[in-house]
Amino acid sequence: MSTQSEPLLVIEGLRKSFTLHLQDGLELPVFNDVDLTVHGGECVVLSGPSGAGKSSLLRCIYGNYLPRAGQVLVRHDGALVPVTGAEPRTVLEIRRRTMGYVSQFLHVIPRIPTIDLVMEPLLVRAVDAGRARDRAAELLARLNVPERLWRLPPATFSGGEQQRVNIARSFVADYPVLLLDEPTASLDAANRDAVVELINDARARQVAVVGIFHDADVRDRVATGGFDVAAYREAA
Amino acid sequence: MTMSATDESAPAGDDEQHRTATIDGYNFAFLDEQTKRMIRRAILKAVAIPGYQVPFGSREMPLPYGWGTGGIQVTASVIGPDDVLKVIDQGADDTTNAVNIRRFFAKTAGVDTTERTKEATIVQTRHRVPETPLAEGQILVYQVPIPEPLRWIEPRETETRKMHALEEYGTMQVSLYEDIAKFGRIAKGYNYPVLVNGRYVMSPSPIPKFDNPKMDRNPALQLFGAGREKRIYAIPPHTPVKSLDFDDYPFDVETWNQPCALCGATDTFLDEVVLDDKGGRMFCCSDTEYCAERQARAAGRARGDAA
Amino acid sequence: MSGQSLLRATGVGKSYGDRIGCRDVSFELWPGEILGIVGESGSGKTTLLNCLSANLELTAGRVEYDTRVDGMADLATMSEPARRMLMRTDWGFVHQNPRDGLRMNLSAGGNVGERLMAVGARHYGNIRRDVIDWLDRVEMEDGRIDDLPSTFSGGMQQRLQIARNLVTKPRLVFMDEPTGGLDVSVQARLLDLLRGLVRELGVACVIVTHDLGVVRLLSHRLMVMQRGRVVEQGLTDQVLDDPQHPYTQLLVSSIVSV
Repeated sequence: MSTQSEPLLVIEGLRKSFTLHLQDGLELPVFNDVDLTVHGGECVVLSGPSGAGKSSLLRCIYGNYLPRAGQVLVRHDGALVPVTGAEPRTVLEIRRRTMGYVSQFLHVIPRIPTIDLVMEPLLVRAVDAGRARDRAAELLARLNVPERLWRLPPATFSGGEQQRVNIARSFVADYPVLLLDEPTASLDAANRDAVVELINDARARQVAVVGIFHDADVRDRVATGGFDVAAYREAA
Repeated sequence: MTMSATDESAPAGDDEQHRTATIDGYNFAFLDEQTKRMIRRAILKAVAIPGYQVPFGSREMPLPYGWGTGGIQVTASVIGPDDVLKVIDQGADDTTNAVNIRRFFAKTAGVDTTERTKEATIVQTRHRVPETPLAEGQILVYQVPIPEPLRWIEPRETETRKMHALEEYGTMQVSLYEDIAKFGRIAKGYNYPVLVNGRYVMSPSPIPKFDNPKMDRNPALQLFGAGREKRIYAIPPHTPVKSLDFDDYPFDVETWNQPCALCGATDTFLDEVVLDDKGGRMFCCSDTEYCAERQARAAGRARGDAA
Repeated sequence: MSGQSLLRATGVGKSYGDRIGCRDVSFELWPGEILGIVGESGSGKTTLLNCLSANLELTAGRVEYDTRVDGMADLATMSEPARRMLMRTDWGFVHQNPRDGLRMNLSAGGNVGERLMAVGARHYGNIRRDVIDWLDRVEMEDGRIDDLPSTFSGGMQQRLQIARNLVTKPRLVFMDEPTGGLDVSVQARLLDLLRGLVRELGVACVIVTHDLGVVRLLSHRLMVMQRGRVVEQGLTDQVLDDPQHPYTQLLVSSIVSV
């Protein structure tokens, strides 16, 4: 299939470091010269010790961090489009329709009911509110979020429940590219299984997945390949 | 009694007979000729831009503000010795204000005065338009306390002028909206704002809204003078004048469920008159001349019938 | 997402004699885009907002807007009637203090209806219906339609101001600290409301605030100002999560988290 041979995500010569101006301009190198290509149906698991720059790499791909050099390209509307150096509205458009991201924390407007938060990615894609609600309900159910919680804002939820709301928000919209930053970190075994199932369903739909999983069991069940970020560490 | 003014002092049509009738020491119609010329220029401009408020150098007059200083200056500037003047106050010819202004011009201009609307060439009025229809060639001079219809909504004069210039009349409409929201109808009974010639929103002076339709396409020239506020505006003959309203709350005039107690008229603006301290009252025409005329005619008919 | 930008600022500057309000600000705003402007008090963000919204005369540069009729037009050379028309139809301005943006002597309905009447609405029933529709959308009770704004709470006044601005379906709304005077519980609700309305109507916004939480939730793009200059701009989450300029790093690191 041609879609399988065409890469969905291409990273070329990517370099990231931080300059801490408040610490007298201290330079913190993260990684350098990262090349990575991900096709549809693949799940690349980032590895390396804590602080190796796994999350930073995901954030650079998502446009959340600003790389120092190199570029990130994402297949968007059929063409490989650079995320690096793109106009904010282009990045947002790519995030709206092509690239989803599960962060470790839930960042949402306070006091909004959970179901509305999960629906939101569909609403911004102009999906009819009724259909969006059904799809959101379906995902929340699949992730074992009790229905009595759907009408409540997630602020008072447990860490695991918040994390599942976060996952639901990212899987609700069927993005072709998914970035997962420890989505199973605070989940029990049953919920881990649900997430693994979601990821494998996505792979079956030819979604390209890049993720960080500390849980070896989960890693083995979803990974099609690995990528050692530590190998690209730049000397300070 | 002779007048001290020179030949060029009075407008066209002056003659010796009238001049001799005025009191000594005053120019014809009280104001000096330069002032009258200045005011006539303002009037010409006002006529050229119907509904637009023209600033003018209002003079101190020998009566207080609020008693018709604007109207008097306009009348003084357009009156000539051959004019016949009628003055009404709330429709009546015999109230203090009307009597005094009439006497003022009789003394300073030596003009003939009348109470009959038909005979007058100039009618100066406070708060009414005569019931007898006006004709081409007549001038109706209104006394105006507050010329700016937008003042209640926007107190800044710089801003209201801009609103007029740019036809931003939405806020005027809001004041009518507020009436309907509060009272279920547009509650303004007098000084009801109008749109003149499809362009300027204008205050018609505190006439009852009953009189608003009479302003529309009136064959007479209508002039408005505000002495304290130093503004003159005008409605030239046959100019369309529309009372502001909403499509679903159209403008209407007040009606009474009884005729005039004196003349039996059913199509005039009625005043309520308290007769005693036992709750007795009657409604009769506010326009005294119109009412008296109808009564006289009825009496004449009655005599004719009897004969 | 292609097409034309809605507002274009080129080298915009405003100085008061020697004192600089803002200088050399350039950017393009696209339809539906929400731009946040942050910076501490006195950094020139409100001056910039007033320059962009034609409330202040520029001393340098120009601001152009994509008018519905004539396309891109320089605000400074546009005729005053056209500019004022723009302000009361295609633009909105939400003030920090609702008293600056509302007519306190008019009822809630009159406040919202005014802009409709300003563009020629003359049917009381229709105006009333539109007003009630908008009161619903900003989550106010219909029953308050004839009440004066002074009888409302601060949060309700702000919602009323938003309804008044959005009723003519503007394409661009300027906001100066829209949640500034409100307590946090009301702020969150208002933010969500704004976000929903803005998305639904596709209206572009320029929001000035010193609250980084507000911009993170509301704005697509961020401009950081210091001493009248834009020191950093970009995608909102990128600027907040990976700030490059020393001042932005200071600003972000100064947030007290609870």
